[in-house]
Amino acid sequence: MTLLSNISWRSIALWKRNRDVFLFTWKTNFLPPFLEPILYLVAMGLGFGALIQADIEYGGRSLEYIKFLAPGLVAISIMYGAFFECSYGSFVRMYYQKTFDAVLATPLSLEDIIAGEILWGATKSFINATIVLAVVAVVGFSEMPGLLLIPVVAFAGGLMFASLAMLFTSLVPNLDSFNYPFFLFITPMFLFSGTFFPLSVLPGWGQQLAMALPLTHISNMARDLSYNIWDADMIIGTAYIALFTAITFLGSVYLMKKRLVK
Amino acid sequence: MPAVRAEGLTKMFDGFKAVDAIDFQIEEGECFGFLGPNGAGKSTTMRMIHCGSPVTSGKLEVLGMDVNDSPRQIKQVIGVAPQENNLDPDFTVRRNLTVYGRYFDIPNGECGRRADRLLEFMQLSEKRDEMIPEISGGMKRRLIIARAMMNEPRMLILDEPTTGLDPQARHLIWEKVRELKRQKVTVLLTTHYMDEAERLCDRLVIMDHGKIILEGRPRELIDRVIGADVLEIDVPGDEMEAYVKERGWQYERTIDRLLVYTDQGQRVVAELKERFSMSYYLIRNATLEDVFLRSTGRALVE
Ligand SMILES: Nc1ncnc2c1ncn2[C@@H]1O[C@H](COP(=O)(O)OP(=O)(O)OP(=O)(O)O)[C@@H](O)[C@H]1O
Ligand SMILES: [Mg+2]
Repeated sequence: MTLLSNISWRSIALWKRNRDVFLFTWKTNFLPPFLEPILYLVAMGLGFGALIQADIEYGGRSLEYIKFLAPGLVAISIMYGAFFECSYGSFVRMYYQKTFDAVLATPLSLEDIIAGEILWGATKSFINATIVLAVVAVVGFSEMPGLLLIPVVAFAGGLMFASLAMLFTSLVPNLDSFNYPFFLFITPMFLFSGTFFPLSVLPGWGQQLAMALPLTHISNMARDLSYNIWDADMIIGTAYIALFTAITFLGSVYLMKKRLVK
Repeated sequence: MPAVRAEGLTKMFDGFKAVDAIDFQIEEGECFGFLGPNGAGKSTTMRMIHCGSPVTSGKLEVLGMDVNDSPRQIKQVIGVAPQENNLDPDFTVRRNLTVYGRYFDIPNGECGRRADRLLEFMQLSEKRDEMIPEISGGMKRRLIIARAMMNEPRMLILDEPTTGLDPQARHLIWEKVRELKRQKVTVLLTTHYMDEAERLCDRLVIMDHGKIILEGRPRELIDRVIGADVLEIDVPGDEMEAYVKERGWQYERTIDRLLVYTDQGQRVVAELKERFSMSYYLIRNATLEDVFLRSTGRALVE
C-alpha cells in the first residue's frame, strides 16, 4: 500500500503548524467549546430536565436526566472538534490559502499533509472534550476513575471524525457544500446517538440504525466511563472506531490525491 | 552529474499536451532560463522538476535522482519560489520563514538565524511582525524568494521571481542570483523580462506550445537568430518591403514598422536612403527580445 508507506514522522511538522496558529489565536478558540456545553447543560439539563421526574435506567444505574446528558455533551464536543477542523478548516487551508501547495514543495508528501491535518483534528477533539469534561466533572456529572480514560477516547474518536471530515473535504467543490454532510450526517448524529435520550426508547430498527452511527459509540463510551460501567460497549466501540477510522482514512487519502495531484 | 536531465519529458492534462517530449540538460552551478509566451509550459516543467506534478512520460532526473523514486530527497535539497503566491496568511512575515524551515527539519535556533539573515537581505526586516495580507505584492514576492532559500538549497527554482517588483527590488534579486551562482548553486529561472534573462542566464531555452524551439547562450542566440543590428523603419511602404525582400535581407513587417535584421546596419540604411525617403528610422543592437518575438511570432498566443 503506497498510500500508507508515504506517511512519515514528518507529518508532525504540519501538526505543529496548525498548533502554532491555534496558540496564536487561543483566545477566540478557547471560549466556544467551554461555554457551549454549559449552555446546553443549563437549558437541557436544568430547564428541560426539570420536566423529567423519573430517573433514567442506564447500564444498571439510575441517573438523573442531567447526569445522563452530561457525557453526551462530551461526546458531541469530540465529534464537532475534529469535524469542523478537518472540514471547514482543512478546506480553507487547501483551497483558499494554498497551504497544501506550499508545503508540498518541502520534503512532506501529500500523505504526510493529510495525516498531519487529521492528527491535528484529533487534537482539537482532545482539547475541546477535555475542557468540557473538566466542567462536567467539577459539578459531579462524571466520576473517577473512569473519566480519566475519556481524553483517550476523545483522541481516538477525533481521529475517526477527522478522517470522515477529510473524506468530505476531498469531495466538496466549495465551502457551502459542507451544508450537505452537516445536514445529512452531523445533525442527525447530534440528535439521535444516545446523546440527549437513551436509545432504549427507540423502536428496534431505530436502535440498530443508531448503532451504525459513529457518535453512538463515542457517546456510549463516554457515558460508561463517566459512571464506571464496564461492559461490552467499550470493546464494541473500540473495534468500531478502529475499523471506521481505517476505512475513512484510506478513502480520504486516496480521494485527496485524486483531487490534488495534477 | 547534471543538475537536471530530461529526456522526452511529457505532461498531459486530460488529452492536452502541456509539455511535449522535451529534452534538455542543466549543468550544476549554471543559471538556466525558461522563456516562452503565456501557456508555453514553463511552470508545468518547473512543477515536474520539483516533484509537484507527476511526469506523464519520459525521463526526468534531478541531481542524479529520479523524480518518481526520490521526491523527498529531491525536495530536501532544492528551493522553490512558485509563480503564484502561497505564503501562509495565518502567520507573520518572519513566522512564514521559520515555519517553512521546520518542514525541512531545520532546528529552531538555526531557522531563526536564517530567517533574520534572509529578511535583512530582502530588506523586509521592518515588516517581520506584519501579517501577510498587510504587506505589498512586491514584498510578498521577495518573501517567497527568501522562503525558497531557507533550506540553503543546492538548486533554486524561481518561477517569474521579479514580476511585480520595483527596479530596486529587481536588482536585489539579481544580486542574490549572482551570489548564488558564485556559490555554485544551480538556478532555474523563468521570466518574461528579456533583459533579466540576458543578464542572468548562462543558457536558456525558449518554449512554445510545450516544445523547446531554441536553446543556447543568450549572446549566441542573438547572433544566430538576429545578427548584430536591428534597423527599425517607421511607416514603411510596400515598395521598400519588396526591395528588402529582393536583396535577401532578413526582415519582418509589423503593423507600423519594418524590422531589418543585419550585421551591417549602417550600410543597409545608406542603401535604403538612396532609394526611399525615410522619415524616421533607428539602428540599435539586437536583443534577446528580438529573438523571442522572432521565434515565437508576434501575434498574442491565445
Ligand atoms: N492543472 C492543470 N490542468 C489543466 N491544464 C493545465 C493545468 N496547469 C496548466 N495547464 C495548462 O498547461 C499549459 C501550460 O501551462 P503553464 O502554467 O505551464 O504555462 P507557463 O508557460 O508557465 O505560462 P505563464 O507564462 O502564463 O506562466 C496551459 O495551456 C495551461 O492552461
Ligand atoms: Mg508560469
